[in-house]
Amino acid sequence: MSKKSFANKCFTLYLPLGLILTFLIFPFYWTFVTSIKPEHELYGATVTYWPKDLTFASYQKLFGEFNFLLPMFNSLLVATITTVVTLTVSTSAAYAFTRFDFKGKRIFMSLFLTNNMFPNVLLLIPLFAIMRSVNLLYTPLSLVVAYATFTIPFSVWMLTGYLKDLPNSLEEAAMIDGANRVKAFFNVVLPVLMPSIIATGVYIFIQSWNEYTFAVLFTNEATRTIPVTLNNLIGQLGVQWDLLTAGGIITIIPVCVLFFFAQKQLIEGLTAGSVKG
Amino acid sequence: MKKKKFNIWPYILISPALLIVAFVVFYPIIEAIFMSFQNYDLRRPDKISFIGLKNYIEMFQDEIFWTAVKNTLIWVILGVGLQFIFGFILALLLNQQFKGRGIVRAVSLIPWATPGVLIGLMWKWIYDGNYGVLNDLLMKLNIIDQPIMFLSQTSTAFSSVIVTIIWQGIPFFAIMILAGLQSISHEMYEAADIDGATKLQKLFRITIPSLKNVIFITIILRIIWVSNSVDIIYSMTGGGPSYSTQTLSVYIFNKATVLDLGYSSGMALLLMFMLATVAIPYIRKSFKEGA
Repeated sequence: MSKKSFANKCFTLYLPLGLILTFLIFPFYWTFVTSIKPEHELYGATVTYWPKDLTFASYQKLFGEFNFLLPMFNSLLVATITTVVTLTVSTSAAYAFTRFDFKGKRIFMSLFLTNNMFPNVLLLIPLFAIMRSVNLLYTPLSLVVAYATFTIPFSVWMLTGYLKDLPNSLEEAAMIDGANRVKAFFNVVLPVLMPSIIATGVYIFIQSWNEYTFAVLFTNEATRTIPVTLNNLIGQLGVQWDLLTAGGIITIIPVCVLFFFAQKQLIEGLTAGSVKG
Repeated sequence: MKKKKFNIWPYILISPALLIVAFVVFYPIIEAIFMSFQNYDLRRPDKISFIGLKNYIEMFQDEIFWTAVKNTLIWVILGVGLQFIFGFILALLLNQQFKGRGIVRAVSLIPWATPGVLIGLMWKWIYDGNYGVLNDLLMKLNIIDQPIMFLSQTSTAFSSVIVTIIWQGIPFFAIMILAGLQSISHEMYEAADIDGATKLQKLFRITIPSLKNVIFITIILRIIWVSNSVDIIYSMTGGGPSYSTQTLSVYIFNKATVLDLGYSSGMALLLMFMLATVAIPYIRKSFKEGA
């Protein structure tokens, strides 16, 4: 590459990048600033871009009066169980798809693949009726089951991609040394696959943590998850923006931490299938 | 790999995932088909019975349904189209060398990991007609002299909501395209440099053709996700004012929350067929590459 003058780089890189980043990041800044403003500054005559009197009262209120810990616990419970169940069954299916040739393989794979196009709202309606009739409605388990509709197909797809990149010779060598397939899988394949499994797990966790449409219909007062609780802060007494934004900040912190942690692997997994070929 | 002997192991390994999916996806879809031929209204559970095609006939006479179809088309075309353009630009920028690129890339992805409801609420507050920061900024810049009620008037509500979905979708396009860009070999560009190609020529002759595959798959995935998305619109406007922001999935969701399950199932099935026409080429393509 030839040397670029600084002015040139300003126009082709820094300026457009700065504009797009401002657009992408500003809403988060604004949410945070709102959450640390006192009420009179929120609904005052002038809009302040940094609070004159900084306060964490909304956070105190959120955890005190509004018991935000309960929806956090519910979300954590649902997301954790969904992640563990999905990873277990998906890893096993993905292993079968990449290590065996068997009758009906293509049909089974397409069953998982087509799943991605079913609208949530389509599954939502009959699942609601089914959950009601088997008395699962309003339990965390109903959400785990509902989330499996999109987490399992997606994870099978991701993990199949990762496993395809692992050479077969890896476990074959172990099997020649006398280990059976199960042993070879746990001792050789699983350790190498772990970062990919974790990345897939992070994706599932974020998806379940963030989900709203199923959650609003499948939960009640006791089992409500974070997104439902956030949206419910509207309407009770108008909108309480300080509480709402504080809740929002609390919600995205774990998501961001997980995301930064697994970012690289996750991106590789998401893009692997489409970049090749 | 090819063994003639029947091997039970792969079937055992896929069965847990398959059974769950059969129970939570395929069985409900069959159920939905049945429900769409009934007046399945949980507000009147004792009156549920088969009514043939009545739900579907009602749909075609339902003006709100047609508004929702039109809105869905605008939502998807403008939403996905502009996500793609800005995502592409962001990917080209992030593909250049500069200090702190890794952190910038990670940060620019956060909107994608944010809950839809929260996205809706954050933007609802930005757009607020009385205390919203957007009105304040526009007034300070002298672009407007009166605050605009962005979300409560039909002339601005839909475009405001579309800006939000664009905001949410830029990162996903950017990472997919960025990965594509990084897989193009430098030799092609070097050869083009020797032949004296201009920047634009390189963009249209090398970059875009090499990215064809990524762009195709990403657009299809986004079309499916964007047309299915409910939470952003629902938390911003609920579909209003006077149905101006109501897409088909939001209409279905609104009908489902008032427990009119038969009618909403019918609409959801139609939505699925529309998406299937988009998704089938994608599935075909993934098969050519996979397995």
